[in-house]
This record gives sequence, C-alpha cells and structure tokens, in this order.
Amino acid sequence: MSNTNPLLDVTGLTKHFPVKGGFPIRRTVGAVQAVDGLDFQVNEGEALGLVGESGCGKSTTGRLITRLLEPTGGKISYRGQDITHAGRKELAPVRSEIQMIFQDPYASLNPRQTVGKIISGPMEINDINPEGGREKRVRELLEIVGLNPEHYNRFPHEFSGGQRQRIGVARALALEPKLIVADEPVSALDVSIQAQVVNLLQKVQQELGIAFVFIAHDLAVVRHFSQRVAVMYLGKIVEIADRDDLYGNPRHPYTKALLSAVPEATVDETPARERIRLQGDVPSPLNPPSGCRFRTRCWKATEKCATEAPPLVQVEGNKPGHLTACHYPETEGTIPAPRLSKDPQAAA
Amino acid sequence: MTPPTPSAAAPLEVTEESAEKSITSPSPKANESRSPGQLAWRRFKRDRTGVISAGIVIFFFVIAIAAPLIAKLYGKDPYTTYGQDIPGLLNDFAYPVKPNGGISSEFWFGIEPQLGRDVFTFLLYGIRTSLLLATAATVLTTLLGVVIGVTAGYLGGKTDYLIGRVIDILLSFPSTLFFIAFMPVVYNLFVPFDEDVPVWLRATCLILALTAFGWASIARLLRGQVLGLREREFVEAAKVTGASPARIIFKELLPNLWTPILIQSTLMLPAYVTAEAGLAFLGVGIIDPTPDWGVMIQRGAQFYSDDITFMIFPGVSMILFVLAFNLLGDSVRDALDPKSKR
Ligand SMILES: Nc1ncnc2c1ncn2[C@@H]1O[C@H](COP(=O)(O)OP(=O)(O)OP(=O)(O)O)[C@@H](O)[C@H]1O
Ligand code: SF4
Ligand SMILES: [Mg+2]
Repeated sequence: MSNTNPLLDVTGLTKHFPVKGGFPIRRTVGAVQAVDGLDFQVNEGEALGLVGESGCGKSTTGRLITRLLEPTGGKISYRGQDITHAGRKELAPVRSEIQMIFQDPYASLNPRQTVGKIISGPMEINDINPEGGREKRVRELLEIVGLNPEHYNRFPHEFSGGQRQRIGVARALALEPKLIVADEPVSALDVSIQAQVVNLLQKVQQELGIAFVFIAHDLAVVRHFSQRVAVMYLGKIVEIADRDDLYGNPRHPYTKALLSAVPEATVDETPARERIRLQGDVPSPLNPPSGCRFRTRCWKATEKCATEAPPLVQVEGNKPGHLTACHYPETEGTIPAPRLSKDPQAAA
Repeated sequence: MTPPTPSAAAPLEVTEESAEKSITSPSPKANESRSPGQLAWRRFKRDRTGVISAGIVIFFFVIAIAAPLIAKLYGKDPYTTYGQDIPGLLNDFAYPVKPNGGISSEFWFGIEPQLGRDVFTFLLYGIRTSLLLATAATVLTTLLGVVIGVTAGYLGGKTDYLIGRVIDILLSFPSTLFFIAFMPVVYNLFVPFDEDVPVWLRATCLILALTAFGWASIARLLRGQVLGLREREFVEAAKVTGASPARIIFKELLPNLWTPILIQSTLMLPAYVTAEAGLAFLGVGIIDPTPDWGVMIQRGAQFYSDDITFMIFPGVSMILFVLAFNLLGDSVRDALDPKSKR
C-alpha cells in the first residue's frame, strides 16, 4: 500500500513516559510504554483509522504526530521532512498543514473567546490574511461545518456538544491543512449526533481532499470513514490493512475479538457471528508482557508467544499491505464477513 | 481550497440553554450574545447585598479621593490643633468642653482630646492614607502573585518546585511578628537611627513588606489553576496551530484567570486595610501626625474611657468599610463563579 511518497511516514515511533518515585530524592523508577515502535504511513487524502481499547496509546500517537509530545524514539517525517524533534520555530511551516480535532468539545474551546476569535486565532498566529478578511473566512468556515455564520460573536457556552465539535472542525480547517488527526472526535457526543459529525468529517475529507488519522475505540465508527485501519494493542500496532481486508479477513486474534464485539445492525439470514469475550484486563503499559503483548488474553498463546515478539508482517494469505503481528494468525474466513453495505446515513 | 457548498443536511441542534440564560431572558434575540463577563454582571446586579456593599465601598473611595476638596469646602485641615489655638474648646484636662467629644456645627465629628485636631478631616485624610496604602499593596501583590503563580504553573518542573517551597515558607511564616520585630530595622536601613523616617519611606516600606508576605497565597492559587488549565485541550489546540508561549499565557490562560484574580484581590484589600491599621496601632506602620485610620484608632484607645466619641468614628467607619468590602467580595465570587455558591 505504501506509495512512493506518503504524506506522513512514521517509523519505529516510541513514547515512554518516565515514572518518578522514591523519597527523598525523586528519580525515574520506570516508564509507561505508551507507544512502542509504531510503523505506518498516511497517503495524501487518505483516511487511516486507528483503533484500540482505552489506554493502548492512541491519543499519545495522535499527540506525537501533531508534535504536542516529544517522541522518545523513532522518526516522523512529513512530506519527506523529518519533524521528529523539530522545535516550535522549525515546525512553523508544517504546523498549519497538520491539525487536530479533539475528543472533548467542552474542553477544546476556550470559554472566554467568541467563536469568531477561536476560528480566526490560527490565522492570526500564522499571519494568514485571506481575501476579504478573516471575518469573512470565518463565516465561510462556519457555513462549511453547518453552523449559522451569524453566530460569529457567540461564546462556546451558547452551543451544544455537537455544535461545539463543529466549531472545532472549523478551527482545524482554518489553516487549510493537508492532514487532520481526529482524536475520538465523536465519542463524547450523543449517539444521535455522532453520525452527523462523522458525516461532516467525511464530507470534509472527500471534498477538500484532506488526509485523516481517525482515532476511535471501536471498529464501528471507523468503518464508514477510513480507507485503511490500524488496530493497536498496548502501544503496538497488531494489524493494519485496507478496510475491506481488515473487516472481511481479520488475521490477528485481537482484531477478531474486537470485530466480534461490533453489534450487528440487522438480524438476517447470515449466521450470527460468534461473540468472542476477551478474558481479563489490558495489562499495565508500565510492565507489558514479554513477547507478544496480547498473550495474556489470547486463547492461542504458546511458549513461543511469551518469548518471541511477533513482527508486523504480511502473513501468508494476506493481500499486499495487510500486515499482522501474530505467530499463529487466524485462518481466512473463520468468521463470516460482516455486512459492508451498512449505510452511515441509516444510523443518523 | 474551494469551499464546498454549504450543506443543508446538517441541521442545527437545539442550542442548550444554560440555566441562568433561561432565567434572564426567556426569548433570546437571534444575534444577541452574552459573554461570560456579561452574564456575571447580570447576576451581580440581581444581588442586593452586593449592590449595597458596592455602593458603600465606592462611597469610601470617593471621599478618600475627594478628601482635599471636602476639607477645603469644610474649611479645616487635619494638622491644625484647633483645640489649643482657640480657647474654650478644650477644658483644663484637655478634653473637649462640649458633650459628645465636642461635636458642634463647627466641628462635625468633634475635637480630638489633648491636641485638639479636627476629627472629621483627620478621619477623611486617615481613610485616604489607609486606602491608598492598601490599594497599592493589593495591586502590587496581585501583580506579583499572578506573574509568579502563572510562571510556576506553566513552566512546571524545577521552577515550580522551587517557587512552591518559597511559597510554603512564606505561608508558614509569622508575618505579624516579623513586622513588629523588623519594620524598625527596615526603616533604619534607609535612615539613621536618630533621624525621623519620612512618611513616603514608611509608606513604601509598608507596601513592600505587605506585598512580600502577601503574594504567596494568590500565587499558589493561580499555580493550581494554571496546572489545571494547561492540560485543557484548548491550550493544546492553540499549540497545534503554532501559538507561542506568550500568546498561550496572555490570550488563552489569563482570560480564564480573571475570576480567581478578581475574587482574591477583593478579599485582599480589606485584609490589608486592617493589617495596615494594626501595624499603625502597634507603632510600626504609619505614625502620628500623619492622618491614618490605624493611627486614629491608636489615639482613640488612649482616651476611650474618658471620651468614647473619638474612638467611635474611626472604629465604626472601619468596621463598615471592611464588612461592606468583604460582602462585596462574596457577591463578586457568586457572580463570577455561580457554581461555588453554597
Ligand atoms: N502525560 C502522561 N504521563 C504519563 N503517562 C501517560 C501520559 N499520557 C498518557 N499516559 C499513559 O499512556 C498510556 C496511553 O495513553 P493514551 O492516552 O495514549 O491512551 P488512549 O489509547 O488514547 O486511551 P483512551 O481511549 O482512554 O483515550 C496510558 O496508560 C496512560 O496512562
Ligand atoms: S502471537 Fe501468540 S499470543 Fe500473540 S496474538 Fe498471536 S497467537 Fe496470540
Ligand atoms: Mg485518548
């Protein structure tokens, strides 16, 4: 799948948060291995879904890409330019091209600024003077995200959660980015509003040709949105594939378990998928299991899994670009392919 | 980038009405918008205690500012010893001849025993001195506290740790004892032991000393606030768009800190008025003959068994002022931060 020139190229990306402790002298006693050696690419205009349980390092990955966090190791390059450790000044030209949409619409808008100020702030910072002035551009953006342009002078507290998230989208669009990292943009919203916001993002992605890294904690939301999906577990990517391959032919036991948890919208003649219940909790990233990190919950784990970490490779029977990190991948067609025709609008 | 056609498919959700809003206006106009500040102002106007307290506080500030003008119209000053210069005002024991501390149409609040100064102008100027000192100390304390607190909270790490320890020490320090023991030493740093300390020096030293011990509490409060705000996503959003630290502090963080800053300083000012009076009373603050609230109370304490009137005017006015200011502080807090209401 990797093009000759991916927009974003991440190799071996690692983030360890030091854990301080000890008395009276505080020192580093350990490290939370939040993200441990990620490799993936995002092509221009492509939407990559990043899925995993809570605490597996999705937000950390998003914050590393947008360089809110300093990577411990690995390399991030954007259009061939290494931005792994770039400072604020060096980053400036790239900043406007990589934007972020946040999870919590109540925390992501400054309560003391008007919508107009919030959306025009990025233009002010980057000294962008659109034709017809910034205010006109803000009105345009409000219209794009489906808000009333006359609400320019309102404050965030006068909007609902879904509307606030639209404001967040408008702010991200203000700099005409090439890549948007959306960190669980709908999980804080009412189910009834989620579909509207996903549709908006999809529209933005398709019409403006913006590449997305769409973070979510379940496979259902990502499905309608992403061309490619990566599944994370405890700081590592366990499987990455084109959407149809991943949903139709999951090879990693964890992916399979996640997929079996996706509720089926319809009850029809297709035999019901066997629901796989994962045993136990996600182990602590402070002290992840040796070898394969999933082995403590995997029903196929063996000696080998405990000693040898499985590499993320194209296992036999996979299409090119479908990579799986498992010693004993699931065989093809063990679960019936879920219906792919489910229409997002139908849920709205 | 060409903007796509606006979608009709995205209907507006119903704006969630905040509780206050629906009380103030059941049918908001389409384009009317209320900033958090305007909402607070609305709440404040409905708080009768707050409005009355504000009136009293403003009254005190007005007479303090207008003291020279009022004294001129009234035709007296706080320094002349009328009782000694004009015979018939003080008796042989140097107490006012007339009852009630010598109140008359000439001397509205009576005459001071012994020196025979005019109580009305002395009180006016005393309020002026006290409020000037307390206001200056409050402004300086707030500035210092905000700068240090925001810096510690925003930078974190070692800076924060160091500032945190200094704050701990200052807050556990018996500052009143320090004032009594060391204010004379401080004055003598600038003026030889046997000379008089000029008033401006006393005032400056007092303001600086009050500030030096006062900034710690507001700094600690703001540090905590900034620690919380720093992690908020809107700060990250600003960072993602390339905002500089200065812009984040001034444009993103500070506007969210006005509430605690305002609440703290409205509670600090009356505390400084009493602290300043206390120091004057103990003889380490402003001293006679400079008119001052505290000086007046100290003088009054000398005669109160024989002439209670001279004690009543400064005493009651100070109680009134401090009470009104504290009530105002409470109302300001309730208006700005309705969730904190008990
Ligand atoms: N600043 C930090 N300091 C220390 N540990 C952190 C920090 N940020 C995240 N972590 C830890 O890193 C791990 C991954 O966190 P992250 O927020 O990336 O998870 P996530 O996949 O986004 O989870 P969620 O679905 O709950 O948002 C967690 O164990 C978390 O406790
Ligand atoms: S490597 Fe072993 S433990 Fe890990 S997922 Fe595969 S079978 Fe399970
Ligand atoms: Mg997260």
